[in-house]
Amino acid sequence: MSTGNIYFDHAATTPVKREVLEAMLPYFEEKYGNPSSVYSIGRASKKAIEEARESVAGIIGAEPREIYFTGSGTEADNWAIKGAAYANMKKGKHIITTSIEHHAVLHTCQYLESDGFEVTYLPVDEYGLVSPEQLEAAIRPDTILISVMYANNEIGTIQPIAEIGRIAKEKGIVFHTDAVQAMGNIRIDVSKLNVDMLSMSSHKFYGPKGVGALYVRKGTKLTSFIHGGAQERGRRASTENVPAIVGLAKALELADKNMDHHNEKLIALRDRTIREIEKNIPFVRLNGHREMRLPGNVNFSFDFIEGESLLLMLDLKGIAASSGSACTSGSLDPSHVLLAIGLSHETAHGSLRITFGDGNTDEEVDYLMEVLPEIVQRLREMSPLYEEVSRK
Amino acid sequence: MYSEKVMDHFSNPRNVGEIPDADGVGTVGNPKCGDIMKMYLKIENDVITDVKFKTFGCGAAVATSSMATELVKGKTIEEAMKITNKAVAEALDGLPPVKMHCSNLAEEAIKAAITDYRRKKGLTEESSSCDVCCRRCEDVHHHLDEEE
Repeated sequence: MSTGNIYFDHAATTPVKREVLEAMLPYFEEKYGNPSSVYSIGRASKKAIEEARESVAGIIGAEPREIYFTGSGTEADNWAIKGAAYANMKKGKHIITTSIEHHAVLHTCQYLESDGFEVTYLPVDEYGLVSPEQLEAAIRPDTILISVMYANNEIGTIQPIAEIGRIAKEKGIVFHTDAVQAMGNIRIDVSKLNVDMLSMSSHKFYGPKGVGALYVRKGTKLTSFIHGGAQERGRRASTENVPAIVGLAKALELADKNMDHHNEKLIALRDRTIREIEKNIPFVRLNGHREMRLPGNVNFSFDFIEGESLLLMLDLKGIAASSGSACTSGSLDPSHVLLAIGLSHETAHGSLRITFGDGNTDEEVDYLMEVLPEIVQRLREMSPLYEEVSRK
Repeated sequence: MYSEKVMDHFSNPRNVGEIPDADGVGTVGNPKCGDIMKMYLKIENDVITDVKFKTFGCGAAVATSSMATELVKGKTIEEAMKITNKAVAEALDGLPPVKMHCSNLAEEAIKAAITDYRRKKGLTEESSSCDVCCRRCEDVHHHLDEEE
């Protein structure tokens, strides 16, 4: 029996791969030059960044000059949305997004609302899918930006991005997608998707934290995000985080190379876990779509129990996972995503998210399935909400 | 984020269960807010001789329920009525600030169970426990808003 540290929270972050770390290390001590300097070690850093840019661009079907490195996925989202909104505000002040976006998008949109923009938050169906028809119907003459996430971080639902891209292109509206969870799990070709802007975050695909990238299709109007030097073509000033950028590119290369194997493995773990939870634990509900789903994502609601208790019990058994319970978010409202797919507050409080990664094994799932039913039963026996059900 | 004492009471909660012939039962909280606490009291000659609880809630809610049962056992009802949320939290070596409302729930559960006992004995007027829970949820929301 394994009782060590089992990590089932890869949607939160992933460990840095050894090859990624090795690619980064020279840029701390030996090749520390400022990429903006003219002498040789400066040029070496510049070259490393431009190679990283070419590599990232090649993987997503973009041109190198369309890739901008940022400090995080959140920054990329902020830049894309605020940048496009302010660059197009003379044309209109209406933005369309969805009710299940990450807070990096939602709170940015709310900020813009306080600055005179209008935002439509599209609802989703019970599986977390956005309807392209509803999206099309929400478009107005003054709509300047559409932002729909590629895949949801909590329930793993993958959106019909190509279809939305087609609509946006037809109407001539800038289309941004937050692909932070999708990158490394789904092959993405921006030229086929009609996406104008796409955000990614390195630490979700086994790269370092503190670095992300924004793809911006050439010709897309966008204000500069950080003013200062001429870095990132003058649009995102500040001395580049060279080792992190090198790490992001290396991690994406590895993810791209291993994607088929990665997906096959994660889907097997995911489907087995979903099957066994549904078979062995009563009063559960799978959240998200069964097919249109990220390979490593499992999200269940367990009736009559509360998510933080479940996480603490799992932690006592050496398993790290996540929940949409209010108690884990620091607020009192449960996850906005779970509420958007129609869960009651009670059910949303009792959710568990397991997200598999490359290092996970079948034995770890064996162990999970050994301890999870007992933990759920124990918490239910302690729950006054379960009393009536257990008496029947 | 939790003290060792909280984790001890969470992982080995004392006095979990029901008392079928309880003299007083109090339920507080609201599943919408993510926590419900139900407390059962056995009372002889104004002394709490046995106590059990059931809780739906986070780690702090379970731990404060457990600690509250420990604190009231053997006490007179008068003494039990004086147990404050602060006392429950202190007995657990403190709670994280966002979890302090869980200790309010424990104090309210004790008071609700004693009120139920007094009502059954004809010592007090009817009171609706639902008002308490709904008000509490909103109070907490307001409180958090202020913190932001």
